[in-house]
Amino acid sequence: MHKLLTDQAGLEMLLLGNEAIARGALEAGVAFASTYPGTPSSEISANFFQIARETDLYFEYSTNEKVAMEVAAAAANAGVRSMCIMKHVGLNVAADPLMTLAYVGVKAGMVIVTADDPFMFSSQNEQDNRYYGRLAGLPMLEPSSVAEAKEMTAYAFELSEELQQPVLFRTTTRINHSTAVVTTGPLKARRPKGGFVKDPLNYVPVPVVARKLHARLLERLEAAEKLAAQSPFNFTSGGGDWGIVCNGVSHSYVCDALQDLGVRDRVRVLRIGFSHPLPAGLVTGFLKACSRVLVVEEGEPFMEETFKAYAQEAGLMLPIRGKGPGLFSRLYEFDPAMVKKVVAAYFEVPYSPPAIPDLSDLPEIPQRPPTLCAGCSHRATFYAVKKATEGLDTIHPTDIGCYTLGFLPPLLMGDFLICMGSSVGTAGGFAQVTDQKVLAFIGDSTFFHSGIAGLVNAVFNNHNFTLVILDNGTTAMTGHQPHPGVDMHELGIEGHGRVSIEAVVKALGVQYVTTIRPYNTKKSIAAIREALEFEGVSVVISQELCTLYAKSLNKARGRAFYVSEACKNHRDCIDDLACFAFYLQDGRVKIDPDLCAGCSVCAQICPENAIRPIKAQG
Amino acid sequence: MEAKRLIIVAVGGQGNLLASRVLGEAALLSGVPVRMSEIHGMAQRGGVVESAMVFGDACSPIISDGEADILLGFEPAETLRALQKCNADSLAITNLSPLTPFTVTIGRGTYPGLGQIQKLLRAKVRKLVAFDATTLAKQAGSVMAVNMVLLGALLHENALPLTTENVKTAIRTRTRKAFLETNLKAFDLGFEAAAGASKG
Repeated sequence: MHKLLTDQAGLEMLLLGNEAIARGALEAGVAFASTYPGTPSSEISANFFQIARETDLYFEYSTNEKVAMEVAAAAANAGVRSMCIMKHVGLNVAADPLMTLAYVGVKAGMVIVTADDPFMFSSQNEQDNRYYGRLAGLPMLEPSSVAEAKEMTAYAFELSEELQQPVLFRTTTRINHSTAVVTTGPLKARRPKGGFVKDPLNYVPVPVVARKLHARLLERLEAAEKLAAQSPFNFTSGGGDWGIVCNGVSHSYVCDALQDLGVRDRVRVLRIGFSHPLPAGLVTGFLKACSRVLVVEEGEPFMEETFKAYAQEAGLMLPIRGKGPGLFSRLYEFDPAMVKKVVAAYFEVPYSPPAIPDLSDLPEIPQRPPTLCAGCSHRATFYAVKKATEGLDTIHPTDIGCYTLGFLPPLLMGDFLICMGSSVGTAGGFAQVTDQKVLAFIGDSTFFHSGIAGLVNAVFNNHNFTLVILDNGTTAMTGHQPHPGVDMHELGIEGHGRVSIEAVVKALGVQYVTTIRPYNTKKSIAAIREALEFEGVSVVISQELCTLYAKSLNKARGRAFYVSEACKNHRDCIDDLACFAFYLQDGRVKIDPDLCAGCSVCAQICPENAIRPIKAQG
Repeated sequence: MEAKRLIIVAVGGQGNLLASRVLGEAALLSGVPVRMSEIHGMAQRGGVVESAMVFGDACSPIISDGEADILLGFEPAETLRALQKCNADSLAITNLSPLTPFTVTIGRGTYPGLGQIQKLLRAKVRKLVAFDATTLAKQAGSVMAVNMVLLGALLHENALPLTTENVKTAIRTRTRKAFLETNLKAFDLGFEAAAGASKG
């Protein structure tokens, strides 16, 4: 049995923040969950994926976040408690349904998890999604610890049902990827089946309906503010007339700072957990008790600006600061020492930072950037494209997935990227305004996520570029989640359909479609050259399983290669492929047999045929 | 309970996250408050994986520069890279078997000498325990057990509010049955190695 299904209250478990969120949802009787995978949210869904196989919980990996939100919204309006999980940028994709779902509301509890990523550990930006709460007019909750994440998730469902509104549950990486002890509560029974009661004058937002629904949204927002004013998730601790306002993980840094600086009894702390709408009464009451206030929040000055506005309205003149020179930055993540330093400076308390050893005499330590795995099929495809486009002036729009790493030397396959699905759309734009050849990349999961729409556009507008779809049979970057092109039988899971990328591409009207096996280097180069010569939209589907996924399916090739005596040390293998399995020993190229995946691409490009398979033992 | 802060650094695939999970479970068994935080976004792609563990009474799940009581490094160059987390009073434990970064293979960097790494570490922290954990892991039965070897060394140094017995219990419940014997043997070898390294 899945550990999160343990039907016992009062048990102490060591859980990852994302596991705690999943457990909180189970304790609230969540019966429907949907997502598109994205770090740092992925483990919530990974747990639901397993749990759905053991219970009547419905879980799906949707094609993108917009679809995920739509299916969950329908479930919630049919009376089934639902959760929709995504990373921060995913909410941009789902922003369209979100804004109007706020008008339409829900019948059963619906919780939308947005996992923000300050410092961009694995993201393309660090947008602060608290603004979505304000933009959509939805209630928002933000946990400060792993244990609280579980409690708050369960409460989020209650809150959603009380207000008949979806609730935004906003986390940051440090909550999602922290681990701590959590005490279980009882599991609530799931109600996986509901019924939809027709009510088009409340569910179909044609203008005359929407005008009424917008007014209703404002009424519900007012009700939400009343709840936020009394919420135990907005609490004050400590005393004195210095004030600190904080949210999320910053609360733990503030607690440690006040303890270490010895100023607990001088500082009144307002921890905001129910963060939208921010209740005016609570805020002004707190401000009145303070002589000066510091707002400790990662990201944007979301609370700081609201606090200043409320202070102005109440005629309060005390200094309220957060972001600014000598204070906090809008960039990146906070850490305990930084918070301690700023708190000490703002309240003029003595503080000596920990003495970091003098590291000036350290040699330069070589970087260890993430790289495409040994034997990664993307490397083989990029190599083939590089050879096929040699001598041509080319632009390579790329997309979001493992293959984004192809922009690094020596492959240099990746020139432009905005968001998931953008490679196809931008390829059309580049092709239209330049005389350069355009060859764009997109992954299989990403193709289904939002690449299809760009391709439809390209066919209709008669753009001229080649799209290489890197089909490695899984969503590799986030940990091998399935997508509509995946063969679920391989995973021993029944009850799914399967969509052929080739059939979709052909059906969209692409006139030139070809499929390559990237480990076959010569044929791949020839096929890509041919596709590039085609006037109009051409698509090359490069099909080879992700090496890590193949290993997990026991489909790995197995036979490693070695560098024989015939090697003349040209190092084409290292210079052109840069496979992670190569290393140098006494100036000679070697292959680590533990890393080599047996793809044979290096063997095919070696001018001396010096790279050979290790013969089977026996 | 006074807070103890431990940083574990490793290269993707070395089993760092399992090691911290075992320590976390041991803390739970011992009734010691514990918070952990991981950076593992690119773990399987050769990048650096870092775990922070805070035992005892503190709230933050991460550790700032200069605040680590213990640095446990699974790879020598990575131990050196994480040195800024330490202070003059820290304990550093490191594996001495290098994993060459690919940047070095393609000539975009030089791997510092092992002697130099040890000398630098020894000069900056209170105590250094350094030995070849990879060889001991192989001796125990699998190169994958390098994490257990280092846990053994960590427990020998007695710098955490955890007992060896509780850590071994956590290894029994948290690691795959097929590797259990190897893991326990690796743990013991690491424990002995630290005893030797401390003497010498």
